[in-house]
Amino acid sequence: MATKLIGERIKRKEDPRLITGTASYVDDIKLPNVHHVAFLRSIYGHAKINKIDVSEARKLPGVVAVLTHDDIKGVLKPMPCVGGVPDMHTPEHYPLSGGKVRFVGEAIAAVVANDRYVARDALDLINVDYEPLPVVVDMEKALEKGAPLLYEEYGENRGFTWKISGGDIDKAFQEADRVVKLRLVNQRVAPIPLETRAVLAQYQDRGVEGELTVWTSTQIPHGIRTSIAGMLNLPEHRVRVIAPEVGGGFGCKVDFYGEEVLIPYLAMKLKVPVKWVEGRRENIQATDHGRDQINYIEAAVKNDGTVVGLRVKVLADMGAYYQLLSPVIPTLTGLMMCGPYKISNVSMEVLGVFTNKMATDAYRGAGRPEATYLLERTMDAIAAELNLDPVEVRMKNFIQPNEFPYKTATGLVYDSGNYQAALQKALDHVGYTKLREEQKKLREQGQYVGIGISSYVEICAFGPSAATATGGWESATVRIEPTGKVTVLTGSSPHGQGQETTFAQIVADGLGLTMEDITVQHGDTAVVQYGIGTFGSRATAVGGTAVYLALQKVKEKATKFAAHMLKVDSKGLVFRDGKIFPENNPEKSVTLTEVALAAYLAKDLPPDTEPGLVATAFYEPKNFTFPFGTHIAVVDIDPETGQIKFRRYVAVDDCGNIINMLTVHGQVHGGIAQGLGQALYEEVVYDENGQLLTGSFMDYCIPKAHHLPKFELDYTVTPTNVNPLGVKGVGEAGTIGSTPAVVNAVIDALAHLGVRNIDMPLKPEKIWKTIKEHAPKKGPIIVA
Amino acid sequence: MIPAAFEYLVPTTLDEALSALSTHTDAKILAGGHSLIPAMKLRLASPKYLIDISRISDLNYVRESGGQILIGAGTTHYQIESSTLLKEKCPLLTETAPYIGDVQVRNRGTLGGSLAHADPAADWPAAILAVGAEINVRSSRGERTLKAEDFFVDMMTTALQPNEILTEIRIPIPPQRTGSAYEKVKQPASGFALVGVAVQITLDTNRTCQRVQVGITGLAPKPFRAIGVENMLKGKVINDQLLAQAAEKAADGVDPLSDIHASAEYRSHLARVHTKRALQRAVSRI
Repeated sequence: MATKLIGERIKRKEDPRLITGTASYVDDIKLPNVHHVAFLRSIYGHAKINKIDVSEARKLPGVVAVLTHDDIKGVLKPMPCVGGVPDMHTPEHYPLSGGKVRFVGEAIAAVVANDRYVARDALDLINVDYEPLPVVVDMEKALEKGAPLLYEEYGENRGFTWKISGGDIDKAFQEADRVVKLRLVNQRVAPIPLETRAVLAQYQDRGVEGELTVWTSTQIPHGIRTSIAGMLNLPEHRVRVIAPEVGGGFGCKVDFYGEEVLIPYLAMKLKVPVKWVEGRRENIQATDHGRDQINYIEAAVKNDGTVVGLRVKVLADMGAYYQLLSPVIPTLTGLMMCGPYKISNVSMEVLGVFTNKMATDAYRGAGRPEATYLLERTMDAIAAELNLDPVEVRMKNFIQPNEFPYKTATGLVYDSGNYQAALQKALDHVGYTKLREEQKKLREQGQYVGIGISSYVEICAFGPSAATATGGWESATVRIEPTGKVTVLTGSSPHGQGQETTFAQIVADGLGLTMEDITVQHGDTAVVQYGIGTFGSRATAVGGTAVYLALQKVKEKATKFAAHMLKVDSKGLVFRDGKIFPENNPEKSVTLTEVALAAYLAKDLPPDTEPGLVATAFYEPKNFTFPFGTHIAVVDIDPETGQIKFRRYVAVDDCGNIINMLTVHGQVHGGIAQGLGQALYEEVVYDENGQLLTGSFMDYCIPKAHHLPKFELDYTVTPTNVNPLGVKGVGEAGTIGSTPAVVNAVIDALAHLGVRNIDMPLKPEKIWKTIKEHAPKKGPIIVA
Repeated sequence: MIPAAFEYLVPTTLDEALSALSTHTDAKILAGGHSLIPAMKLRLASPKYLIDISRISDLNYVRESGGQILIGAGTTHYQIESSTLLKEKCPLLTETAPYIGDVQVRNRGTLGGSLAHADPAADWPAAILAVGAEINVRSSRGERTLKAEDFFVDMMTTALQPNEILTEIRIPIPPQRTGSAYEKVKQPASGFALVGVAVQITLDTNRTCQRVQVGITGLAPKPFRAIGVENMLKGKVINDQLLAQAAEKAADGVDPLSDIHASAEYRSHLARVHTKRALQRAVSRI
């Protein structure tokens, strides 16, 4: 009996090469005569560029070219934004800006040299005549009359207004017993992939048939190929994009950046391979940022805690320009504003706002963490206002398990769910009732303990093509080679998720093979059929399903060959331990290797059957999937200093069926770390002049191991019927669930002082000040 | 993240290093490189010459001599952390070391390098002040010894002359009935001290304070001895209330730093709270 692989804890095939440092990232790829690029970036948040003098830089030995906006004007097209919303102002921006700069870090010149060091040295020889302009970095100020304008031609800094509503919001507020209001800041954070962006390009001029190869650290290699072809007017079949090992993306590599077209352009123009590897300071300045919303929330509630209406105004900071998907990100906040709750009357208005900062775009969760944050903070505010237990408020408003599929007021159809079960499991795990009693006792002794709950539902498996900007399907090929070994080609190019392992599990299980018999290939557009990529927790639910469907097709064909060879009916044949046989007669078997060889030698083909054993599937999902769960954080706060210590962290997630428990754990661990990072540590800070104050790891804090609590993980399993695997996706769940759990815990620790909100990141100083303000008589406590 | 060009010199003796330092202008001494190399990568520092002293073996030791512990300037943080001699005779140093960076950093970074760099948020200066250390420096023309409090002049500025190399740290072995403690609040991004307080206190059998030294880092442009705190304790019989009252003086007379990580007000508050806690812990160890 073969071991079942789906659902098991399988160590990742990827890890040995990652751990031993033998993996190849873009920077590891060496080409002869490669030239290096260094970018000169704006030092001002907003300025007119009167002149750029590059003459001295051009003279530096080793420098082969220095380009500015003038050199690409009319040659390169403006960078695309495909995630648009109706009636928006769409400013043009280019790989190199000219005329005006609008954020610190905006590229204005590129040096190409035969040496990375020379390229960098040359930057110091470029003279830029800047004329500084007034700066606006604060969204609320940007919308005020008389604010400095990023685009005079628009007469405003508002980029767009987008609205969504359902039910009758005015009626809900008329019928409410009371209205709970909150203003929340969901601060700007940086995705910080450990591998920064990097691009290498080589153009091989073969007379008429030149071929461009681009290696780039991306989540969407095929999308990049189409974009480069379009931008450079090249036929797409002569462009090859390779995403080799990608060291993390977190959404910021779903983008298409100026460097990804400029480096290929330079390689073609200069006829040498050209490489650019982003430095960490550039990464924090000029790679997409995430979040950056202000939410003005009004919840219409009944005295028993029932939420009858939710009205939210969102200011969403776009930064200075739109990147590929910028405007669409906050619309996901709107779509998901009901969360796991039966809120029949909702309305949201989103204002996209231009400021003198880097653009925001997708960051792990992309719009949904913002929705969960505003909802879960609101649920706690309602509980505090009505003096109810936060659990009671959630239980009262949850969608009932028997109501699925459930249509939300925003028009989504939730596939399946049991929110009560996940919450209850988390409560049982943490020992909630006892904890509340302990909290009460400790409060009497002057100790601040807080319990924070966050119940979430998220939207994953992007998604039906009609509802996505670039197509929401995925592709896969399963190719049984002549020796019976299997190659899988997936369009879901991973950047750390472990598809080489999980997809191999699916295929090995289906064909009765071992993990070693399967290789999963990805990321090279010359090898893999067109695909969409990995983002929005879609790889397993959409990409894995494509693999599953291709597997069924190839199995069907292998079954035909086996039946023909065994001279039995093809019905009832099973694949197990490398063999194919009638389930009721295991003795009468043929190996998959024999079948594969027969299929390729083709000496005795079954009727109406082509040689070969290859199948490709393109899977178009009929809906999104909606994973859910509850996270609970328990913290101690030092009343004297505001420092936070974790007591417990319990997460109960439900991502439907689980393919590999280890990779699911890994995703949840990383997700919690990032979400907790936002709650406590992370913030991209610009000063009022638009200078970036958190431009390195000396000042931008990503959480390290010692900042994190022990994760106590558990699961409920509520499969989806959207796809045949019953899987939902888990890539972003941790990030979505954790942030409000941590913040709610801290606020709960101070609730008895009358504290209702502190905005993230919850730095100890803010907590200390809040304690001082709310307990003025106690003052700084001197323990005598 | 790419430094400007420089010449790299690797002397194997101190005399060679001193001679190189006196002949080359615009030279910097490179020890563990954990402060200088990042500064060079950001082009905040672009010295023409780097004189790497990490191959000079007679700068690397911890030994006892004449009632003092002598530590070579090139001794790494990890060597200090794991020194049994220090653990026994001067535990404040072995307690402080693990607060610096991580193991990789501590295996490269050196005590002398940290002191000579004089980062206002580094850990060692607080401990060095609290143990009452002396700092020996040499040039090709001779040597001199400075008290720790005279060594730190201002932010990133020490009493070292351009032609001098810090060679040795000398620590008087504390008497019986001495307790010490280091308290640190880390700036979460860098791991440097928002505030670090090192205390070494000696009581007699009546719990009268014979000696006390409080070194504070992170709070001010340079690390300093909290004289106000020390004066309130010296000669007094120690109790928790007195420690708490004395700790209230921790930020007196200094111009506290303020940045995005902590305001002057919060830093001062942390200095007071953690001075109290360090004093309590140090006393509890006697």
